[in-house]
Amino acid sequence: MPLDQSFVGRTYPPTEPYLVGREKIREFARAIGATDAEYHDPEAARARGYADVVAPPTFPVIVTMGSSKQFIEDPELGMDYTRVVHGDQKFAYTRPVVAGDTLVCHNTIEEITSRGGHDFLTTRTDVTTESGEPVLTAWSKLVQRGEERGETK
Amino acid sequence: MTDLLEPQTFRVTRADLVRYAGASGDFNPIHWSERFATGVGLPGVIAHGMFTMALVGRAVTTWAGAADAVVEFSVRFSRPVPVPDTDEGTEVVVSATVKGTTDEGHVRLALTATCQGEKVLSLAQAVIRK
Repeated sequence: MPLDQSFVGRTYPPTEPYLVGREKIREFARAIGATDAEYHDPEAARARGYADVVAPPTFPVIVTMGSSKQFIEDPELGMDYTRVVHGDQKFAYTRPVVAGDTLVCHNTIEEITSRGGHDFLTTRTDVTTESGEPVLTAWSKLVQRGEERGETK
Repeated sequence: MTDLLEPQTFRVTRADLVRYAGASGDFNPIHWSERFATGVGLPGVIAHGMFTMALVGRAVTTWAGAADAVVEFSVRFSRPVPVPDTDEGTEVVVSATVKGTTDEGHVRLALTATCQGEKVLSLAQAVIRK
């Protein structure tokens, strides 16, 4: 059954604050092979104008993907996550994330379309600090593949 | 203005996917279990799309010169990146061309990522502050 179009425009309550840890940024940077000092060394980061170690550009997906449970597990929307693949991802940054940030996600369902038996769900996540300062916006398009096998888009 | 930036090559092994799974919290078994991946019709274990995007992000920050020089960054995952269970794994090659400047004076890059000669992303671009 296709996803319900009436969910377009739906917003979810702000998520619990996520405290960005210095060691989490270092761990993420190591995992992607980012060795520049600004991701690891607070002194080097401060010398380049950051408040603390800075996160690589895709780091916020840890926070936004965590928040996506809001709509993925929304029983009214009724997604089947076993059939979901990641289609598109976009980030627009107001400023980079740094260790010590406390981030809150504000999720909106922007678009739902169906094509070739597949459903496409585009969400926008406005990421702010706890006090409401904008940090970045992430858009994610998830593809829920059709239940019939052998279909391609 | 169409300048080709110096392509960057990233090696990707199964160990990298395990490390990325832990760091990112994405434990989908298609990224670490051959049995599970082939069971859902994939050619084998594939890289996290967001891991591929992270590697492209490394290339973009290198070209831009700093993490805070990236203004916008977007990709479409058009083809999976299979990662064989070998010491060599596979390679992702990232290249970019400069596609002019935005109204704000930022530089627009058109990005390409290939694995085994096949493009794995489409509509990939970044806007960087110069």
